[in-house]
Amino acid sequence: MDERELRTLIDEVKSGRLSRRRFVQTMVGLGLTAPLAAQMLASTGVAQAQTKWTFNPTKRGGGGIVKTLWWQAPTLLNPHFANGTKDQDACRIFYEPLASYDPDGNVIPVLAAEAPSLQNGQVAKDGLSVTWRLKKNVQWHDGKPFTADDVVFNWEYVMDPATAAVSVGPYRDIVRIDKLDSHTVKVVFKSPTPFWAAAFCGAATGTIIPKHLFQAYKGDKSREAPTNLKPVGTGPYRFVDFKPGDIVRGELNPSYHVPNRPFFDQIEMKGGGDAVSAARAVIQTGEFDYAWNMQVEDEILKRLEQGGKGRADIVAGGNIEHIQLNTTDPWTEVDGERSSAKTKHPVLSDPAVRQALNLLVDRGSIQEEIYGRTGIATANFVNAPSRFVSKNTKWEFNADKANQILEAAGWKRGADGVRAKDGKKLKFVYQTSINAPRQKTQAIVKQACSKAGIDLELKSVTANVFFSSDPANPDTYSHFYTDLQMYTTTMTQPDPQRFMDQFTSWEVSAKDNKFALTNKTRWRNEEYDRAWKAAETEMDPVKRAALFVKMNDLVIQNIVVIPVVFRPRVAAISSRMRDVVQSGWDSDFWALAYWSKQA
Amino acid sequence: MSKYLLRRTLVSIPVLAGISAVLFTILALAPGDPFEELATNPNVPPEVRMNLRAKFGLDDPLPVRYARWVVSMMRGDWGFSFVSRVDVDTLILQRLPATLVVLGSALLLAILVAVPIGTYSALRPYSIFDQVATTLAFIGFSLPTFFTGLLFILLFSIHLDWLPFIYRADIGATGWRWYWEHLRQAIMPVAVLGLFQAASMTRFMRAAVLDVIRLDYVNTARAKGLSEATTLVKHVVRNALIPVVTLVALQVPGIFGGAIVTEQIFRVPGIGSLLINSILANDTPVVMAVTFIFSCLVVASNLAADLLYGWLDPRISYR
Repeated sequence: MDERELRTLIDEVKSGRLSRRRFVQTMVGLGLTAPLAAQMLASTGVAQAQTKWTFNPTKRGGGGIVKTLWWQAPTLLNPHFANGTKDQDACRIFYEPLASYDPDGNVIPVLAAEAPSLQNGQVAKDGLSVTWRLKKNVQWHDGKPFTADDVVFNWEYVMDPATAAVSVGPYRDIVRIDKLDSHTVKVVFKSPTPFWAAAFCGAATGTIIPKHLFQAYKGDKSREAPTNLKPVGTGPYRFVDFKPGDIVRGELNPSYHVPNRPFFDQIEMKGGGDAVSAARAVIQTGEFDYAWNMQVEDEILKRLEQGGKGRADIVAGGNIEHIQLNTTDPWTEVDGERSSAKTKHPVLSDPAVRQALNLLVDRGSIQEEIYGRTGIATANFVNAPSRFVSKNTKWEFNADKANQILEAAGWKRGADGVRAKDGKKLKFVYQTSINAPRQKTQAIVKQACSKAGIDLELKSVTANVFFSSDPANPDTYSHFYTDLQMYTTTMTQPDPQRFMDQFTSWEVSAKDNKFALTNKTRWRNEEYDRAWKAAETEMDPVKRAALFVKMNDLVIQNIVVIPVVFRPRVAAISSRMRDVVQSGWDSDFWALAYWSKQA
Repeated sequence: MSKYLLRRTLVSIPVLAGISAVLFTILALAPGDPFEELATNPNVPPEVRMNLRAKFGLDDPLPVRYARWVVSMMRGDWGFSFVSRVDVDTLILQRLPATLVVLGSALLLAILVAVPIGTYSALRPYSIFDQVATTLAFIGFSLPTFFTGLLFILLFSIHLDWLPFIYRADIGATGWRWYWEHLRQAIMPVAVLGLFQAASMTRFMRAAVLDVIRLDYVNTARAKGLSEATTLVKHVVRNALIPVVTLVALQVPGIFGGAIVTEQIFRVPGIGSLLINSILANDTPVVMAVTFIFSCLVVASNLAADLLYGWLDPRISYR
């Protein structure tokens, strides 16, 4: 799909022939993120649809306690040190960003008075700056006013290398932040930045901490700040108690900046245990009101739901379970490393073999038999109406066709049924982490491959090892010392730019960079690199989207990876809860202030 | 006796040093990385991770790291959690009350169940009561706590809906309700742990009473005209308790081990769940501190058992 086709689609949305949601879904199917799709619509003047709340209270509080369950417990309460989503979520109870992303990827102002856009002139036409107008009369929990100084301070705090903030990513693109008045800041970027929202939006990197409590603890002293464990924020709930690895408690903030919110008097976020019993506590016994990240087999969820006390809430996000095909030779050592970028895979470098493998992954059965509602075959690439589909991103499961392709390419079956050519056999090692659905997927793929004369050796590595960043351990996913490997890559970040890093030639994972870079397949393509660089500075969201679609097509066309299933986000919600809307692009608590419960 | 105590304490120092060296090496060699989650998140630049590793001294050679740990340990500094960015001793102190409450009540429950049942079984060996008690005891210690725990949850929380299966250390209530809520949530974990220990303790108690009850001084006591109750309490049970007490002392570290699993099942925020979470998160300083505490417990309870034995039975002398 090129730019012209995208524009036609946007026009259809404008005229009402295509729904907004349908458009966003299509874009997600093409490998874009919802926030980017929303940006495309906003830039062409399509009005934003606000999330509607069913319950509109006339006073604050009165809702008693809301009990939530995270099976991974939060370990710290400084958003800039968050080790994972569990910490970001815990921080989001007390702290807020300038804006959040709703389920359709719209930028919804929280501490900002309005969302910046090209139309209201707050986003500069050249993409070099964005102006944020902050909400007035917002107070920190200790009564001090929230001002532009706090926003500027957050950038300084995060940028100090001695602070070692994990949220530094998007802040590095900022040259300076000008304070225009007490409640207006202008963020100036190094180069044209199409996705200006990255720095101060969303729970992952955007939450604002108070300057007056952290300024003495910047850099080396950052870990001594007492507020690291006792947050003072602007959020709907005030801090009561925190035990790392166990529980976080909060109480209603009587001076919250949204009128008549929040509904609950107390909030509790209990951590620990396992996903299945967390699902039970919400869906079956109703002991808790909400549980995060239900990595539970769909069959179990369905059985629990029969009681009617709760339900599994499934929302599309950007996680993709996919199989990577090694471009380099994992079995030859060059300069002390295997899978060296200097080598070429002896067999997988033949496009016919790649095509055959692509035809042998039975996504339909994998969804049906393993994942159910919690993993949708990436049929999105083709199932969207035919005019949206780019020609080269079809998937099908067809062993006969795979056989024909291999036969035509000269791969002949040997006595053992395994195909070979020039003495090289079609034998691959296929690795993944230990996780029941993954082993079942491996088995399905292996069975199909054996029908086409390809022999797969299955290898499973403990998740702890597989995903570790130990440069000395050859079994990690970043070493990729096998022919094929499978895992889920997360596209939770609202902009695909950083995510698409993983196919650029300068990101090739190797011994020199301690296998820390993101290009695990070691695939290199000049056309892709050019498109990536162009997207980095392209200010027209539609042109930029077309570039991402092109990058996506290149990866699929060349069968660098074989997508298997999309994995949506699944939460367990009590049936008495109202307005608990999940966003696939932000924290589970992005709209916590609006949650309520029926009596 | 004090000389003996001093010598035993001195001997335990090299033992603990050896244990700590082994623990440290194994933890250092084990795969995994505390900043693993940052590695798989494409939003976090790799430099941040490298910077953190350098800051927490993870890139230094093993002997250097061990030496640093020993030195700070001597100064009473337990280290700093990579994951929570808090001092390890604060973390442990936060978790200690829950563990002590659950383990203490479980131990109490075990004694309250085991001593009367064991004694009564021994008084009427091979009676129906003894047969039933023996069968239950065998079932009790052959079923692991993680299994009985799940069984209890299924029965009492899910089928009957009587008890909560998620333990909350902070309960937002006051007065009687606070005690009531705590009691309700503690019933299952305490019962699971307590009954498991009670099972083996009943068998010890029965055997010990059987040994004592046939001795001449018991007959003498009866012949003197002492009531059956006095004979039993003052002469039989008191002497029978000697081996049981030492066994209980030796079992204490084992109970901590069993509690790890039970704490995980019921989400009790104790030391055991701290250990599991830290292992999963590769938070080495915390794992090191908790396992070291466990090994100190083993050494200390061995010593305590030896001392108790001598104190209860004056025939034993220390050399």
